[in-house]
Amino acid sequence: MNGAGLSSRIAETAARLLSEGRAEVVIGFEQGSIPMRATPCLITDSADAGRLIWNAFCSNNLAKYLVPGRKSAIVAKGCDSRAIVELVKERRLKREDVVVIGVPCRGMADPSAIAKRFPGICVSSVDETDGMLTLHGGPEPVSVPVSEVLHASCRLCAAKNPVICDIPLGDPVVENDPGFPDVEAFAALPADERCARVEAEMSKCLRCYACRSACPLCTCESCFADSSQPQWVARGTHPEDVLAFHVMRAMHLAGRCVECGACARACPTGVDLSIFNRRLAADVAELFGSRAGLDENAPQPLAAYSMDDSQDFILDPGRNSE
Amino acid sequence: MTDTDKNAAWEPRIVAFLCNWCSYAGADSAGVGRMQYPASVRVIRVPCAGRINPFFILSAFRRGADGVLVSGCHPGDCHYISGNLGARRKFALLGRLLGHLGLEEGRLHFTWVSASEGVRFAEVIETVTAKVRELGPARRSAGGGR
Repeated sequence: MNGAGLSSRIAETAARLLSEGRAEVVIGFEQGSIPMRATPCLITDSADAGRLIWNAFCSNNLAKYLVPGRKSAIVAKGCDSRAIVELVKERRLKREDVVVIGVPCRGMADPSAIAKRFPGICVSSVDETDGMLTLHGGPEPVSVPVSEVLHASCRLCAAKNPVICDIPLGDPVVENDPGFPDVEAFAALPADERCARVEAEMSKCLRCYACRSACPLCTCESCFADSSQPQWVARGTHPEDVLAFHVMRAMHLAGRCVECGACARACPTGVDLSIFNRRLAADVAELFGSRAGLDENAPQPLAAYSMDDSQDFILDPGRNSE
Repeated sequence: MTDTDKNAAWEPRIVAFLCNWCSYAGADSAGVGRMQYPASVRVIRVPCAGRINPFFILSAFRRGADGVLVSGCHPGDCHYISGNLGARRKFALLGRLLGHLGLEEGRLHFTWVSASEGVRFAEVIETVTAKVRELGPARRSAGGGR
């Protein structure tokens, strides 16, 4: 099914849920104010449901907009549903308060990848049919498959179909978990080069906290980064403070990060935060056999322990010291 | 003064986070037993290995530590039943993450030392000091420490 068909089914579903009183609000996407953007929107009146759309630019993680205690319906692709699973586990949300309108996702298109691919064109409008984008705005319309201009996180997606779903819309897509090739590639670099890459990424950070604001799992009511007593990290862009902020944020998300890439997409300077989060996700998978958001019943790995956990890293003089 | 001379004069600074119930008592027992070990460690006593926020470790490095050691009770011996087991998961991830970001292997160590293991405590300090000495002074990031 193409985007237009799904858009109208989402709108119908939303109107029905609102008029039947099953939800006070429907969280979905509407057309953004510029081409190649869809923007999150909250629909509370069934008459407005026609604003809802579905296309290849619905990249935000909408789980961020769920509020505890408010009966909400949410248009959820794989990554949004993974975030909902984690939020329910953490008792930030009650499962019965959320109606998940599940939409399978083949990955979302990255406007900056499109701009890079067609540098001369200022896109004025986009048509989408069967995974092909046709871009208008240049002398001639040009076409590109969505699969060639995906967001980095979408290329590495482990759950294209919603993990939990109350109202499934659209046909399920084939799952193809690529594992962690990005983590392996980075880990294969010499330590000096990794250091330099991390330093270069950190030097771009403005400490605007857009990553934190976009992250569906950054749910703390007060963040360590805002604390002045104790002041864990100073404000400002001193390289060590920036690095400490990102390491600590990644640690807080360890085993919880659903790898949706919302942080990296929200970043105004394009800091590659996957260096931190994907490494932790890979280690959590390897060490604790757990992947955030994929299993409703599995405990969160850092809220659990086992006597048999690996401890190869524990220094044991006389046995592994030499 | 050549670099070799400088390194010969240089003593590593190692921050050791020791849990109150086992490792700190283990350090005590090394002292009571008059065991010799390098005077390179600065001990910080914490209630439990589970008390250690990864941030403590980052802060130690930022403030000029050349190495960091974290030591708690052996699995099964925790005074709070499972503080060290939860910490073990956290430490496994933190150690790998910092290595991934470029921290040299050998700067950050985790171990278990019980209250009666004064000998083991001395051995741990010897081992950690030797590894950090081999690596030399910690690289300061741009802008320096404070």
